[in-house]
Amino acid sequence: MIKHFGEYWLLMARVFRWPDRPRMFWQQYSRELEKQGLQSLPIVIIISLFIGAILTIQAKINTENPLLPTYTVGLLTRETLLLEFSSTILCLILAGKVGSNIASEIGTMRITEQIDAMEIMGVNSANYLILPKILAFMTMMPLLVILSTTIGLIGGWAVGAFTDIITVADYLVGIQYAFNPYFVWYGIIKSLFFAFVITSLSAYYGYSTHGGALEVGKSSTNAVVNSSIIILLLDLVLSRLLL
Amino acid sequence: MCFHVCYYKYSEDLIECTNIVKSFDELLVLDHVSATFEDGKVNMIIGQSGSGKTVLLKSLLGIHTIDSGRIEYDGRNLPEMKENEVRMLHREVGVLFQGSALFDSLTVMENVLFPLQMFSHMTLDEMTERARFCLNRVQIAEHALALMPSEISGGMQKRVAIARAIALNPKYLFCDEPNSGLDPQTSLVIDKLIQDITREYNICTVVNTHDMNSIMEVGDNIIFLKNGIKEWQGSRQDIFHVDNEALNNFVFASELYKEIQQVHK
Repeated sequence: MIKHFGEYWLLMARVFRWPDRPRMFWQQYSRELEKQGLQSLPIVIIISLFIGAILTIQAKINTENPLLPTYTVGLLTRETLLLEFSSTILCLILAGKVGSNIASEIGTMRITEQIDAMEIMGVNSANYLILPKILAFMTMMPLLVILSTTIGLIGGWAVGAFTDIITVADYLVGIQYAFNPYFVWYGIIKSLFFAFVITSLSAYYGYSTHGGALEVGKSSTNAVVNSSIIILLLDLVLSRLLL
Repeated sequence: MCFHVCYYKYSEDLIECTNIVKSFDELLVLDHVSATFEDGKVNMIIGQSGSGKTVLLKSLLGIHTIDSGRIEYDGRNLPEMKENEVRMLHREVGVLFQGSALFDSLTVMENVLFPLQMFSHMTLDEMTERARFCLNRVQIAEHALALMPSEISGGMQKRVAIARAIALNPKYLFCDEPNSGLDPQTSLVIDKLIQDITREYNICTVVNTHDMNSIMEVGDNIIFLKNGIKEWQGSRQDIFHVDNEALNNFVFASELYKEIQQVHK
C-alpha cells in the first residue's frame, strides 16, 4: 500500500512537468478531449435520462402524503441530481468506462514495449501519455456534470409529460423552488477531484503493468475498483468540507 | 535537403561495459560481464534463451538498473548519469525492439515522424522529407505510409521500426532479436539492412540474437553469454575454431553447422 502510494506520487512528479513539445501536447490533449469527453456523451445521456425519470417516479412514491406540497417531487429530483448523481454516481460510472480504457491502453503500451521505445527516444513518456489525459478529462468533466443534470431533469419532465404520475406544472415548480446555485458549483468542484482520481490512478495502474494480457486485465480491474473506492472516500470528505 | 551525407565519426570502442552485475531478487542474471562494442560494426550478443542477452541489452540502454559495474558511452558512465543526462543520451540511440514496438495509434508515416516532431527543429516539410527518406531506405512502399502498424506484415513492421530508429541519425543502434517471428528470407533482408545502415552511417550497432544464420551473415564482433557469464568474444571467422564447449554446443546445435564443422576439420 505504502509502496503504491510512493510510486504513484513519483509518477505524478514525472507527469506534471512542462511538455517537451507543447504542440505535440496540444495535439494529444485535443485527441483526449474527443476520446474521453465526446465519446462519453452517449452513456452520460442515456444513464442521466433514465435515472432522472426513475428518481422522479421513486420520489413520487415516497412523498404520497397530503401534507407535503406537490412540488416536492421536482425538488427532490433536482437536489439528488445536483448533489450526488451527476457528480459522484456519474463519475463512478465513468471510472468504469474511462478508467479501464486508460489503464488497458497504457498497460498494453507498456507490455508491448511502446513505452520503453518512447523512453529510449528520450521522451518523458509519463508526461506525454498521462498529462493530456488528466487535463482533458478534468476539462470535460464539469461539462458532463452540467449535461447530466440537465438531461436528468428532462428525464423527470418526461415522466410528467408522458404519464399521469405527476403533472408537468408541479414538476417545473419543484425544480425551480428554492434553487441554490452553490449546489451546481459543489457538484463541479467534486467532479474535478474525481476526474483527477480516475485518470491519474488508472494511468498509474496501466503504467506499472508488467507481464502480459492477464496483467493488463488485472491493472484495468484494479484501476476501476480503487478509483471507485477513492471517489467514495473523497465524496465523504468533500461533502463535509463543502456543504 | 540532403540527409544521407550526415555521417558521424567518433572514437573507437564507443560502448564499453566493465564488470556488469545484475540480479533480480536472488537470481543473478549477469555475472561480471565486460565487453566492448565498436562503431561501424555489427556487435552481436549471442547465447541460448535465458543466458542474459536481453537483460544485458536492456542494461546497456538503462532500462534495467545494474547492481554494479560501468557502462561507458564515449567515456560517459551511464549508471552515474542524472535523469536528464540519460534522456539526452537516449536521443543519440535508436532501438529496434523484439516486437517492433510501433505506436499502434499512429500510422507508419506518423511513427517515423514521431521522433522528428519531438526532437528536431525542422519544418514539417523537412520532417516529412526525412521520414520519407528513411522509409524509402528500408524499402517501404509509398502506399503503406498511411497504414496502421496492425495492417502491415511483421517484416514490414521491423523495417518501419528501423526507419524510426534511424530517423534522428543515431550514434548507437540496438536491435533486440530483430529476426524473431520472421521467415528466413525476410530475416536475411532485415540482417542486410542492419549491416548496410551500420556501415553507411558508421553506427555502433548492438544486436541481440540466437539466430546462427544472422550471426554468420552479419556478425562482426560477437559476444557469447552463458548463464550470465561472458564465455567468449571474437569475430564470426573465429567462431568455428574456438575451443569452448558451451560455444561449440551453441554453434553446432544444428546438423547443417555440424557438417560445416566437419568440413573445417
